[in-house]
Amino acid sequence: MKSEQLENLNEIRNLMEKSSRFLSLSGLSGVSAGIIALVGAAVAFFYLDFDQRYFDINRYFYNGMHQRLQQQIGFLVLDAVIVLLMALSAGVYFTTRKAKRKNLQVWDNTAKRMLVNLFIPLTAGGIFCLILLYHHVFFLVAPATLIFYGLSLLNASKYTLPDIRYLGICEIVLGLAGSFFVGYGLIIWAIGFGVLHIVYGTAMYMKYEREMVVNK
Amino acid sequence: MKEIISNLNKNFESRVRMGIMSVLMVNDYVDFNTLKELLDITDGNLSSHISALEKNNLIKVTKQFIGKKPNTRYEATNQGRKAFKEHLDYLDRLLKSQKEQ
Repeated sequence: MKSEQLENLNEIRNLMEKSSRFLSLSGLSGVSAGIIALVGAAVAFFYLDFDQRYFDINRYFYNGMHQRLQQQIGFLVLDAVIVLLMALSAGVYFTTRKAKRKNLQVWDNTAKRMLVNLFIPLTAGGIFCLILLYHHVFFLVAPATLIFYGLSLLNASKYTLPDIRYLGICEIVLGLAGSFFVGYGLIIWAIGFGVLHIVYGTAMYMKYEREMVVNK
Repeated sequence: MKEIISNLNKNFESRVRMGIMSVLMVNDYVDFNTLKELLDITDGNLSSHISALEKNNLIKVTKQFIGKKPNTRYEATNQGRKAFKEHLDYLDRLLKSQKEQ
C-alpha cells in the first residue's frame, strides 16, 4: 500500500513537471553559445584595434570618437547578428539531440510557451536597443542587451529548467554594473554572453545530462 | 486511520485519472493528444477516464475546430482542483501516519 502510493506521488510530480516545463534544453547549447560569443567578441576586439575601452563615454563626447564609432557600428551590429544566429542554431541542434535521447518531443506546448515568454521581453529589449542606436546612445547598447536578456531568461525560467533563473539574475547584475561603469561594453558582453554561458552550460550539463550519456 | 482512508476520493483511484488531474493542475488547458502522449495510453482508455471525470464535474471539456481539424481541450474545474488537492493532502497524511508506525 505504502510503496504504491509513494510511486503514485512520484508519478504525479513527474507528470506535473514534464507537462509544464520544457526540459530538453541542453547545457551544451549554453556552452556552444558561450564559445561563439567569445569568438565574436574577439573579432570585434581585433576590428577595434585592441581598443578595449570601446564606448568610453569621455572619448565618445570629447575626442571625436563619435564620428569613428558611427562608421564602426555597422560592422559591430553585423558581428552581433552573426553571433546570435550561430548561437541559436547551435542551441537548437543540441536541444533537439537531447530531446531525441530522452524520447521527448522537441516542439510541443511547453517549448512554445517557453519561447513566447522568452521572446516578449527579448523583443522589447531588441527594439529598445535599436532606439538607442537611433539616438546614438551607443555606450548603453551593450549593457541594455544584457539587462533585457537577463529579464527574458528570468521570465522563461518558469517554463523550463528552473536553474536558468540564476543565469538571468547574473546577466541583469552585470548589465546594471555595465550601465554605471560605461566604456566596458565589449568586455561585459564577452563576460555575459561568453563566460557566463559556458559556466552555466557546463553546470547544467553536469547536473542533468552527464549520467544520461554514461548510461547510454 | 480508517477515517483517513474513507476520505480518499474514489474518483482519483485509478492512476490514469490521477495522471490526468496532475497534468491539468499545472496547465491551463491540455488537448487530447498531449494527454495521450504524456500518459502513454490508448485513445479508448483515455476517453473513458475523461468522461468519468467530466461526469463528476472535475474537468471541463471544450470542443472546437482549429482550421478543419476538431480539437478538444480539457481543463480542471475549480471543484476538480479542490478535490484533487484534498486527495493529495490525504495521501500525504496517509504516508506520514504509516511512517510513524
